[in-house]
Amino acid sequence: MAVTAKTAKLDARALRADFPIFEQQIHGKPLAFLDSAASSQKPRQMLDAMTEFYSTSYANVHRGVYVLAERATAALEGAREKVRAFVNAPDVREIIFVRNATEAINLVAYAWGLENLGPGDLVVVTELEHHSNFVPWQFIAGKTGAELALIPLTESGELDLSSLAEIAGRGNVKVVATNQVSNSLGTINPVERLVAWAHEQGAIFVCDAAQSAPHMAIDVQAMGADFVAISGHKMCGPSGVGALWGRSELLLAMQPFLTGGHMISSVRADKTTWGELPHKFEAGTAPMAEAVGLGAAIDYLNAIGLDAIHEHEQELAAYALGRLADVPGITLYGPPAERRAGIVSFNIDGIHPHDVAQILDMQGVAIRAGHHCCQPLMQKLGVAATNRASFYLYTVQEEIDQLVDGLATVHKVFA
Amino acid sequence: MNEFDQMYREVILDHYKNPRGHGVMDEADAEAEGQNPLCGDEVSIYVAFGDDGETIDEVKFSGRGCAISQAATSMLTEMVQGRTATEVATLDKYELLDEIGIPLTPVRLKCAMLGLTTLKVALHKAKGTPLPQGLAGFDELELT
Repeated sequence: MAVTAKTAKLDARALRADFPIFEQQIHGKPLAFLDSAASSQKPRQMLDAMTEFYSTSYANVHRGVYVLAERATAALEGAREKVRAFVNAPDVREIIFVRNATEAINLVAYAWGLENLGPGDLVVVTELEHHSNFVPWQFIAGKTGAELALIPLTESGELDLSSLAEIAGRGNVKVVATNQVSNSLGTINPVERLVAWAHEQGAIFVCDAAQSAPHMAIDVQAMGADFVAISGHKMCGPSGVGALWGRSELLLAMQPFLTGGHMISSVRADKTTWGELPHKFEAGTAPMAEAVGLGAAIDYLNAIGLDAIHEHEQELAAYALGRLADVPGITLYGPPAERRAGIVSFNIDGIHPHDVAQILDMQGVAIRAGHHCCQPLMQKLGVAATNRASFYLYTVQEEIDQLVDGLATVHKVFA
Repeated sequence: MNEFDQMYREVILDHYKNPRGHGVMDEADAEAEGQNPLCGDEVSIYVAFGDDGETIDEVKFSGRGCAISQAATSMLTEMVQGRTATEVATLDKYELLDEIGIPLTPVRLKCAMLGLTTLKVALHKAKGTPLPQGLAGFDELELT
């Protein structure tokens, strides 16, 4: 696939034709799908790649000596190389396939955290974290006697970096774990600065890139992080596969997370030794077809260009913020358009997000209503839930118009 | 009747905007808190018994939630007044659902049941009776 047109603007209307989901109507209305931050829709190219793999190359990977096993192994390892290139990791052995970003972070929290954390140590997360990058650390901190510290937010929903010095004074900072883009507010976080601070403290930096990797170019070497987690289903790939990138020196020093088949070097009644990277961290049969699908999704995104996707979504965010600002009784959360990804969270005065989302659904508009797996953030905002509209490469302005029109009906019902 | 009126019929909106029994009770004979982890909604239920220690004299509730959960809880406070704790602790959920009278998807059903399930927990706690397993069939609700 040609990847030369990276700076060209993307044509969302044309790209929609790649997504079979848009061929249907919902409640007799065109589907306005504004929930891509929860999970993205799937292009035919990705679906076809998985079907092709199952139809022509399916067998269990590694060890098999027959043709199908070789093809399947080549497909899985080919997908691993695509992930490596996608995040610009130095070594393909540093790419570990997992089920999702949550599992990737649990892998680090358990395999690194249990061995390296103890009383007096500090695990620093943020008020903006998805539960996936909050609960594992809280749990492992609790098990090891380490303390969990939260970087607070400013009024605009951005990390308050002026708190860092005070946090560093509370103990030995051992882990700093933040997302690159907030799934709830769309805030783009200053990850490079946080990496530098983490390393000054002698801490590792764990980046939850589940919400950034689908929408902007990721370069783990430029970022300087120690671990980066991505999730396939948010980036046009299938559910059930994600990837963890980790620095090989750290991965080599770690004990396995899950044990069992495939991850071993030798198993004896008295002792088992671990396999090489990445296999040491890939116990059991891999999500093979899912990895192939993720590889195809990466090809798809690369052909469009991550920069073009990011630019398209920032335009949509600016458009949505402008149109939503005129909706009566609305409260918009998060930073200005230029410092946010394609995510807009809001509340309508006196109308619960569940009711807003239900009435929007009747008009073919799919948004998310709830805490978005960010209950610490909801507590900070002083709400139980928000409405969230989120965009992707296939989102068109008309869907945002459909949302704004739908909100007028919400007001009518509750008038 | 259009699709919106069917879901958000007038009686629901009336209970939502003017909830009956809304408030807290300082010295309740029975109380419990319920949460719906799906949406973070929460409700606290307070019950005052009559002199016989069995008849429900008054039910109050506080908390936050969507129109369905708030209206259902408001309707519930009227529905159970004057009935016995033992009866209400095993109330058939369809009695409340009939009163709500709108089609509910599985997610919204949990909203509708939050108040009733919490009330049942409060009554079982006050009476010292064991909570039935899978109370009302909504294991996802968190009740304390």
